[in-house]
Parts: sequence; structure tokens; C-alpha cells
Amino acid sequence: MFKFDKLVFGDAGWGDEFLIATLMTLLVSILSMGLGLFLAIITVWAKIIQNRITRFIANFYTTVIRGVPELLVIYLIFFGGNAVVMSIAKVFGYNKYIELNALTIATIAIAVISATYSSEVLRAAYLSISKGQLEAAKALGLNKFSIFLKVISPQVIRHALPGIGNVWQITLKDTSLISVTGLVEIMRQTRISSNVEHSPLTFLVTAAILYLCLTTISGRVFKSLENNYSKGFTV
Amino acid sequence: MIEFIHNIQNSLIYKNFFLVLSGLDNTLLLLLISLPIGFILALLFALGRVSKITFLSRTIASYIFVIRGTPLLVQIYLIYFGLGSVKFIRESFLWYALKEPFWCGVIALTINTVAYGAEIFRGGIQSIEKSQVESGLSLGFGKFLLLRKIILPIAIRKVLPSYGNELILMVKATSLVSLTTYMEMTGIARKIMAKTFAPVEAFIAAGILYLFLNFLMVQFVKYLEWKYNPHLRLNN
Repeated sequence: MFKFDKLVFGDAGWGDEFLIATLMTLLVSILSMGLGLFLAIITVWAKIIQNRITRFIANFYTTVIRGVPELLVIYLIFFGGNAVVMSIAKVFGYNKYIELNALTIATIAIAVISATYSSEVLRAAYLSISKGQLEAAKALGLNKFSIFLKVISPQVIRHALPGIGNVWQITLKDTSLISVTGLVEIMRQTRISSNVEHSPLTFLVTAAILYLCLTTISGRVFKSLENNYSKGFTV
Repeated sequence: MIEFIHNIQNSLIYKNFFLVLSGLDNTLLLLLISLPIGFILALLFALGRVSKITFLSRTIASYIFVIRGTPLLVQIYLIYFGLGSVKFIRESFLWYALKEPFWCGVIALTINTVAYGAEIFRGGIQSIEKSQVESGLSLGFGKFLLLRKIILPIAIRKVLPSYGNELILMVKATSLVSLTTYMEMTGIARKIMAKTFAPVEAFIAAGILYLFLNFLMVQFVKYLEWKYNPHLRLNN
């Protein structure tokens, strides 16, 4: 039933492969979380400036992506992404076949999903900043960039951190879906190993434990970050 | 005009739309079984989680911790591939259910939604004001009557919006069952893609159907909120 002796490091077992796969899962999560936050900032910006067209586009994007299964979004970007990139390249006069590598596609796909969740968190955090803060900053003669950097972002980070922590957990778990693109992260490694060793239970339990460790440890990290950023605000 | 309609009828998205639609009943079947069972079990688990029996409360807490800390895909694979590889399960009565990808999907989805739902209901139960319970007790309510008349109605009403979110997540989660060869909407879209080599058209057709399904779900939750939170209605 269980063949845990197959998890040793080296040629006899799958330990080192699983270590690399775990690092790959972490890498994809961090990259797509970062890209997702960047996309989320743009989305929030498009929603809060008084412009109907940008607001419509941003609302359309968040509604559609949140209403469609993550797996469909990943399939669409994985199978349709190459065609889009190639047609863009054609405009610039490049006609050869282009193939995006799995890591790029996975990062973009997960980022597109995670950005919709992040944008809601960031928007709520932005709206919780009192208007007096912005007026005070303007009265001091700060320019727009300084207001964003020194007044808005520190407060947004403090308000948004718990929500961002939740989005991180969702993003981390969503990376399991990109195994369908062939990128060797934990889930893909699990399928490969269990096909070779004919013992799916062993490796699936290993995968579950690895994900549990990742979510628990990152949960702790976010907890300490929250404590750090709410200095002087907690009783 | 007629030519325009003809063009639409010949377009790939239009044809795919009806092919994918034939998988709608399979998606709905997954939801119709796992959501009601999940709702009832989630309520029971939430009550166990807040109960004073330490053993019960701790067991449920660790169950919730494990399920919420692992991806749904791992849970589906564990039930479909993992349990199927154990010899004594293959020889027992459980095999009648576990050999079908459909029942594996139902079991995995139920296990998943119970963990999230129990945590939502726990929040609702714990947010009930003490005075409500005390007034019930002073009227001479027994434990069961207190639960039925005061605790559960207030708790469920309070958590309707967040439980609605969970319902929408479940609609989206059904697409993962396609990875166990079960032919619901995502599975059919993938089959179309393999046949026609036109991925974008296939997945957009499926995406529109999921959006519609989620739209209906949102309206359903809004109706429930309207019905059970009459004091929050803006105009009567």
C-alpha cells in the first residue's frame, strides 16, 4: 500500500525530485503572486479613476475570471496563449513559430486568476483610507507619486495584509492545477512518480503533506508580517 | 440578415456551445448531490467544532486544517487514484462507488465543501449575541429547541453571503472532476479541443455556460438573502 522507502534522496528514490518540485511550486506561486499584485494595482486604479471605459473593462475582467473555473482559464491561456503571442509577433514582422515555455504560461495563468482576488482586497483597503489623509498630503504639497509612496501604500499594506495572506493561500493551492500544462511541480511530480512506482497513495499523501507544510509555514510568515505592519495599532 | 444568422449557426463557438451544453446535466448532478449533503454535514461539523467536548472539537479542527491546507485536486486524486490502488478497498463494497469517477467526484467535493462550510457556520454561531441565547433559556427552551429556533436560524442568516461565495466556488470546483475522466462541461470542452484543434472556441463556449451557471447561483443567494433577512431590505 505505502512505499515510503521510495522517498529517499538519490537515484534509488524520489526525494530530490520532490524537493525540486516543491521549489518549483514555490517559485511559480511567488512569481504569479507578484505579477498578480501588479495586475491588481492596475485593475484597482482602473476602477477608482472616474472613467467609465476603464471601469467597465476592469469590472468585466474581474467578473468573468471569477465566474469561470480556474482550470478553464489555465486551459485557455495554455492552449490559446501561443496563438496570441504569434499573432502579435506577426504584426512586428516575425513569422516563425514561437513557443512560450511552461513556466511563463503557468505564471501568467495563475497571475491572471490571483489578480482578480487581490484587486478586491486592495480596493477595500484603499477605500478604508480616510479622505483626510489624502487632503493632508495635498495640503503639504506632496506630488502624486509621493502621496502614493508615502501616504497611500503604507496604509493599504497594513489594511490589506490579512486579505493578501488569504489570496496567497488560494494562489498556492491553485498552482496544483498547472500540472495540466506539463510543468513539473508537486502535482505533476506526483503523477510521474506514482506511474513509475505503481503506488499512487504514497506519493499523493506526500503531496498533501508538502502542501500542508507550505500553507502552514507561509501562514506563519504572514502572521508575523501582520504583527510587524500593525505596530502601534494593536492594543 | 439571414446570411448573418447563417454565419453564426456555422461558427465553431455556436456548435461547441450545444456540445458543451450536453455536459451540463453531469455538472448539475455533481452539485445537486454534493451541495445539500455538504450543507447538512457542515452544520453538524460546525456544531461539533463549537461544542465543549474537547476530543470532538479537536478532531474536527484538524480535519478542517488538513482539508483547507491542501488543494482540491490532491483530494480528488487521493480518492480516485489513491483509494483505488488499495487492495482491500477494491475487494470491499466501497468499490461499487469508488470505481465510478462520478462518485469519487461527489465524495471529494462533499469532503471539501464540508470543511469550508463548517468554518463559515462556526463564525456565524460564535457571532450570536449571548443575550439571544439567554432569553431563549429564560423561556425554558431545551437544548434542541434553542438550536432549532434561535441559534441555527440566526447563524445561517448571518453567514448567507459568505456561504454564497462558497457555493460559487463549488460550481467552479466541479470542473476539476473532469481530470478523473468524468465527462462534464470542462471534460467535453477538452474533448472538442482535441478533435478540432480550436482550443479558444471550445473553452469560451464552456466559459459562457459556467458564467451563466454562476449568475443563476448569485441570483439564488440574493433571493435567499432577501427572503431571510427582511430587516435588511431597502424598501418593502
